[in-house]
Amino acid sequence: MTVAGTPLSEAANGSILRITGIDVQGVLRRRLLDLGFVVGNAVEVLRRSPLGDPVAFRVSNTTIALRREESSLIYGERIGGGRDE
Amino acid sequence: MELQPAINGEGALDSLRTAAKKLADKGSIRDEIVGGIYGVSAEICSSAVVYRDRKKLGSTYKLDNIVTSRVWGFPIMLAGLGLVFWITIAGANYPSSWLASLFSFIEGYLTAGFTALHAPAWLHGVLVLGLYRGTSSVISVMLPPMMIFFPVFALLENFGYLPRVAFNMDRLFKKSGGHGKQALTMSMGFGCNAAAIISTRIIESPRERMLAILTNNFVPCNGRWPTLILLSSMFMIGSAASGAFSTLATALVLMGIVLVGIAVTLTVSWVLSRTALRGVPTHYTLELPPYRRPQIFKTILRASKEKSLNVLTRAIVVAAPAGIITWILGNVMVSGDSVLNHMAAFFDPFASLLGLDGFIIMAFILGLPANEIVLPILLMGYMSSGAMVDIDGLGGIKDIFLGQGWTWLTALNMMLFSLLHYPCGTTLVNIYKETKSLKWAVLSAAIPLGIAVAVTFAVAQAARLLGWV
Amino acid sequence: MSKFTVAFAGNPNTGKSTLFNLLTGLRQHTGNWAGKTVITAEGEFTHNGHTYKAVDLPGTYSLYSNSADEEAARDYIIFEQPDVTLVVLDATSLERNLNLALQVLEITGRAVICINLIDEARRLGIEIDLKAIAKRLGVPVAAISARSEIGIKQLLDQIERVATGAVTAPPLRITYSEEIEQGIAELTPLVERTVGSRYPARWIALRLLDGDDSLLASLKEHMERKEAASSKEVLGHGVTACH
Repeated sequence: MTVAGTPLSEAANGSILRITGIDVQGVLRRRLLDLGFVVGNAVEVLRRSPLGDPVAFRVSNTTIALRREESSLIYGERIGGGRDE
Repeated sequence: MELQPAINGEGALDSLRTAAKKLADKGSIRDEIVGGIYGVSAEICSSAVVYRDRKKLGSTYKLDNIVTSRVWGFPIMLAGLGLVFWITIAGANYPSSWLASLFSFIEGYLTAGFTALHAPAWLHGVLVLGLYRGTSSVISVMLPPMMIFFPVFALLENFGYLPRVAFNMDRLFKKSGGHGKQALTMSMGFGCNAAAIISTRIIESPRERMLAILTNNFVPCNGRWPTLILLSSMFMIGSAASGAFSTLATALVLMGIVLVGIAVTLTVSWVLSRTALRGVPTHYTLELPPYRRPQIFKTILRASKEKSLNVLTRAIVVAAPAGIITWILGNVMVSGDSVLNHMAAFFDPFASLLGLDGFIIMAFILGLPANEIVLPILLMGYMSSGAMVDIDGLGGIKDIFLGQGWTWLTALNMMLFSLLHYPCGTTLVNIYKETKSLKWAVLSAAIPLGIAVAVTFAVAQAARLLGWV
Repeated sequence: MSKFTVAFAGNPNTGKSTLFNLLTGLRQHTGNWAGKTVITAEGEFTHNGHTYKAVDLPGTYSLYSNSADEEAARDYIIFEQPDVTLVVLDATSLERNLNLALQVLEITGRAVICINLIDEARRLGIEIDLKAIAKRLGVPVAAISARSEIGIKQLLDQIERVATGAVTAPPLRITYSEEIEQGIAELTPLVERTVGSRYPARWIALRLLDGDDSLLASLKEHMERKEAASSKEVLGHGVTACH
């Protein structure tokens, strides 16, 4: 399955994306859905951990940290935010 | 409620499953089921919840800009850890000596009572010098630091800081093959390794959970703090230091010990996940909950109540029999010397290779049921009287140690051995229960013991080679 | 005097334990459940002359992801069938929290929705229309703040209404796509015949469609245990099955 959009792991801090697809199956997919990573939902990239990974995301009014392994499989299109705004 | 009889149980369930599979295979049913629930949830919220100010919602997370920042994240973690130690050491000092004097005051009356009743000397020895002193010294040494450490820790926990530690440190755990939540179970280990073993249930993958179980011991628990605090304040700090500075220095030494423990944890995880516990790290999600002002009074009350009960129970269950056994070993004479002395002499050659002595090894062996009793047993071994002594004045204890030929190396290596050696009996039992495997339970004692021996051996030989001792 | 069982379900970090501690005070101990040995707190509280046994389920985001905690919470609600399942939600992130509430309500209508941290939500400018939510979900909804002890009496009143049967609601029906509904319709009678009428058949059919093998395993285990114990009638709490 290929999904259009940027992987969340590549998005800049502060940018807001609308999720277009999740390229994961099984238990992890379910877990991500539980946490609010649902197609159509908005996600804000909050900050990176001091060592660069994981990254904290704001989704459904909660803050969730994902490692690169997971966040690179969630795709979205930028709808706002970003450093220069 | 009458149950309809089940049609031949198991077989029917399996055929149900087959039927369901057939239906589900038709299309993208699964995603639609999930989507159904999220759709309803979103629909309810859009009609029933109004956010007047979206900006305000993020405000509870502002602190993260500092606490998890590249520059301040790690310094704040270290400073926080140091602060907790400092508060514990500074606060526990006086109550500990008050308790010790109270207990020795009572002991005077107990002894007087035994004399008045013309009780035989051995009975007084077993009950007062063994049982009473063992129990009371564990209580006076353990209770005050634990009554301070745990409430402070619980406040940090309720405030929401611990998940940030897991967030900051995750990269390190990932590189070593472990799970980010291991940082949380390690935090539990500061309290009690046995409880932390149970808390590893929050790690879903069996492989990473096993790593967390096998390495939890490298976080010094409640029972080892007093040994570490006492030895670092007596031997690691220059005699010129006094008052506030000495407390601070002790806290720094403790922090160093904890960092050694963390380094060993990561190294052992790294080695294990490339050998016996190979596998890909499983998925990882961690929520950073909003910071919340802790209910200070309630948290302190609850944490102190739980901890004091815990310490008292352990003191009675473990220290009391250990006190009796140690007294007997120290007073039963075989060919002119006590059994305890014979055993210590047996371990002496091996122990000196590690920069320790036979009595220290004996104390760790007898201390298997609980780390709390290692130091009292050691002191008792050293005393010719063969009774556990009061931890009354630090000077007195230091003199005993110096009289036995202790140097800073002995103290350092005893601290390292205490940090790294096998977990206590209760923890081992929990590991067996949780892993249901004798092999892993044995390994969880053997691996740390091997590391403790190797590290102390290396340190002792290096120090001697370089002529530092 | 009757004694009811109340199970506390909820996402992690919702203040579920704060509420549990507030209600049960010092009257609690660590419980060991039948089947999966998951250590959790059990306690007791009274309200209007009724005594309630409170069981604190592990904090979970869902009942579907098959972690040990989630299986334990799910199995407790299905097999132990508490008189009331109290779902504690965080008012500041209702959308995500409601997922768990909906999942519980699909299993049982004997539930009370407790929206905690309502003071915090107000401070953040979040307005919640409780009546609209209650109407949509079909079960009582109470807004509270466990730490500031706001709304506790109203919550207990609602728990009492559900426990005594003064209000009853069927499990919530979420209408899925046509394809799924068709699958459910085909499976439900089969499920009823196989596991009996005691368990929510529509829900089990849905889970089977979703390929939930862990639920199937729990069902199997539970039915075997029940068969073994059926003559003695020793169901319910305190049946400790060791593994």
